[in-house]
Amino acid sequence: MIPLGHYLIVSAVLFAVGSAGVFMRRNLITILLSIEIMLNAVNLAFVAFGRHAGIVDGQIIVAFVMTVAAAEAAVGLAIVVALFRHRESLNPDAFTSLKW
Amino acid sequence: MGETLLFYVFSAAAIGTSAMVIGQRNPMYSVLLLVASFGMMSGLYVLLDAPFIAVTQIVVYAGALMVLFLFVVMLLNRPSEDDGDWDVAHPLKRPGMARFGAGLATLLVVQLAWALIRTTRLQDAVNGTSDGSSASVRTIGRVLFQDYTFAFEATSVLILVALVGGVYLANREESR
Repeated sequence: MIPLGHYLIVSAVLFAVGSAGVFMRRNLITILLSIEIMLNAVNLAFVAFGRHAGIVDGQIIVAFVMTVAAAEAAVGLAIVVALFRHRESLNPDAFTSLKW
Repeated sequence: MGETLLFYVFSAAAIGTSAMVIGQRNPMYSVLLLVASFGMMSGLYVLLDAPFIAVTQIVVYAGALMVLFLFVVMLLNRPSEDDGDWDVAHPLKRPGMARFGAGLATLLVVQLAWALIRTTRLQDAVNGTSDGSSASVRTIGRVLFQDYTFAFEATSVLILVALVGGVYLANREESR
């Protein structure tokens, strides 16, 4: 059996990749995809912890996280579509009207 | 031994494809690579004795959510961040590659049919294995609908709000 730490390391690396994507990319859709990577990394940690503790609660939390991720993607993509219609751009630097 | 090997293969593939997701200039490839990444994570869930989560990962994430992303990517039709002209003659747009993709899709159907016909231990995924190591769908359902009933019901409200918000935000300006 694989030790818990190995799964946590994979989860940490995936989360780091996702957060790097959020900070590095200049495309709103890719940023949303990076957020999905981060959510998945957390899911992996939840399932690994639950398996280690011998309970199914970890998997239940993952089901909730998936629901939230679906809702977040639906609203997020709707915002992206609205923003694109407004400015004809997907670059987050194009939307700085609220900056002062 | 085999489990260890599978773990390293799945982990390396998941991390590699995720890194390629953020390395791509074209969001279309990013979405498709993320589907591959989710498939690899699903393999990790199987190794963690969570077959229900593994299947949900494929159906909800790789299926529904990524199709939503693909729709928006195609709808906005903004292929790359730079609008570079290098992707006009990309190999994926040639008919030969399209035929290759169709062949792969057919292969997937044959493979799935073969696997489903040959599977004799489907019951284990529902009731759990005899030694109780694998978390069964029955156990998950019992815990979900008994201990987490309120959270489950609250989730339905969340989805309703997301539905209304998505429809409102994506609505055309003049029809408001």
